[in-house]
Amino acid sequence: MLRYLIQRFIAVIPILIGVSLLVFFAIRLVPGDAITTMLGTEAGMLTDTQRAALERYFGLDKPAGVQYVNWLGDVVQGDLGYSVRHGKPVLDLILDRFPVTVELAIMSLVIALVIGISIGTLSAVMHNSLIDLGGRLFALIGLAAPNFLIGTLLIYVLSVYFGILPNAGNYVELNEDPVENFNQLIFPALTLGFSFSASVMRTTRSAMLEVLGEDYVRTAHSKGLRPRTVIFRHALRNAMIPVVTLAGVELGYLLGGSVIVENIFALPGLGRLTLNAISQRDYALIQGATLFIAINFVIINLLVDMIYAVLDPRISYASKK
Amino acid sequence: MPAKNDLPTVKTKPDFSKEPSVLRRLLRNRSGTVGLVIIIFYVCLALLGALGQTPYSPIEQHRIDRLQAPSSTYRLGTDLFGRDMLSRIMKGATNSLYVAFASVAISGLLGTLIGSASAYIGGQFDNIVMRLMDIFFAFPAILLALLIVVVLGRGLDKTIIAIAVVYTPIFARVARGPVLSVKEMEFVTSARCVGMSDFRILFRHVMPNTLAPLIVQISLALSWSLLTEAGLSFLGLGTQPPEPSWGVMLSDSQGISEIAPWLMIYPGLAIMMGVLGFNLLGDGLRDVLDPRLKRLR
Repeated sequence: MLRYLIQRFIAVIPILIGVSLLVFFAIRLVPGDAITTMLGTEAGMLTDTQRAALERYFGLDKPAGVQYVNWLGDVVQGDLGYSVRHGKPVLDLILDRFPVTVELAIMSLVIALVIGISIGTLSAVMHNSLIDLGGRLFALIGLAAPNFLIGTLLIYVLSVYFGILPNAGNYVELNEDPVENFNQLIFPALTLGFSFSASVMRTTRSAMLEVLGEDYVRTAHSKGLRPRTVIFRHALRNAMIPVVTLAGVELGYLLGGSVIVENIFALPGLGRLTLNAISQRDYALIQGATLFIAINFVIINLLVDMIYAVLDPRISYASKK
Repeated sequence: MPAKNDLPTVKTKPDFSKEPSVLRRLLRNRSGTVGLVIIIFYVCLALLGALGQTPYSPIEQHRIDRLQAPSSTYRLGTDLFGRDMLSRIMKGATNSLYVAFASVAISGLLGTLIGSASAYIGGQFDNIVMRLMDIFFAFPAILLALLIVVVLGRGLDKTIIAIAVVYTPIFARVARGPVLSVKEMEFVTSARCVGMSDFRILFRHVMPNTLAPLIVQISLALSWSLLTEAGLSFLGLGTQPPEPSWGVMLSDSQGISEIAPWLMIYPGLAIMMGVLGFNLLGDGLRDVLDPRLKRLR
């Protein structure tokens, strides 16, 4: 087991290097030279000497390979560059916004798991009944409706029928006013949670159907255990393994910041920061944020793999290379 | 080379004379049929939009008829600039389906080629190609698409490339698996024995046997690219105004949907039904082409 974990960990390193290469050179492919993209229209006022000095200062006069190595050296030390637009280091900006995204991710995940697992279990236990049909319909619609549609619909319903405007006002941090913070996050979290609950429901349902057909479940039933005990104690626990994997992968996505939902609800999270950086052509920030999100994603997926290995002792990793 | 019989069996020679065709079996499958009907309807809408057969011009502004509710003149109402919603939805279908089909065609061809060639050649080559693909998997899909849009700029064709880049590694992975198992089978060995070239073996004998998972993947990819196009357009990074796109229309409805809900409802429905159609078709195809999975659904 330990060997497997170490192997998995080592395998991640070349991927991270590849990711950094891709991000670094993708930004270099953007038309226009770096000084112009950094300063925008004001670059036109630079004299040739000033421009050359700036190029030397940012190391742009060196070959691309050298630039990459220097950049990577900075990144490893936690220096993701400097955002000219915000007048702040990129890492500070990211870490400032990250808590919002984390909070939103956790809330959405909890909502999705509660809705998805209960409907999925109900659907599987009452296989082929009217409730099952309703559950499957719910999942079909949930999979087809993009989160920006759910978000816009939610805002419409709230403002027209309840007179609430969820995306107005300044964001309040958790430690400032927990109640207000909850009020601001609950609707975006519901949007993301509902979106994701459809796939949780589907996975739970098919895993439960499989487990309910197993011999040990029949044995438990014939022992005379109450149906509730069999379902919750014997079946559901085993059916949760694929759901845990799914939830882990989704958490990786959510921690990258939901660009669209954060934007609809005007939440100052990582996704909105990235989108604003894109529309303002703040390349240092785009590069830093993209790298941060991708590294996050890789690490979360690695953790999911590890948890999976611990959770499911049936899988032997020794034979699998 | 001894054949490995414990590998998942892939039918080497389907007897088409006895089994009903895939299409006929698909039509017997409920979700497959519903999906197919929706998609055909959308393709018709898109064709009408492409040929300019919309009730009004999708970009012409009727200033007097701003924000009209659906009526007999404007079947689905008009938007803030007095543009006919029905015409915009139809032209939106043209743009969305164009992006979806083009991006899936590119990524499907490229991905299948990379994946099957990599698996067929095997060894170090396979290892390197798959590690390269892993790099793309390290990005959340929407982030990768955004990064490509940053590099290439905005617009319909750029969106196609962005979606294609995201989906190529996925197709490569899907194509690789079956090729790995098929290439060890006896009929491939015998083809090699009679002196067939690798190229011909790959295309004539190996790839046809990998079609089933690919077809299912194509359907899912179409639904995903429809969603992504709408999402990128919603953010203002996909289809550029005044060219209509469901995502742009939905985004435009924000803030005025309280007084004109039809601006939100119709584009929203259009996206949802399109995605639903491709998902149902994918489910149906999976049931038909891979009956082992059917039991659970």
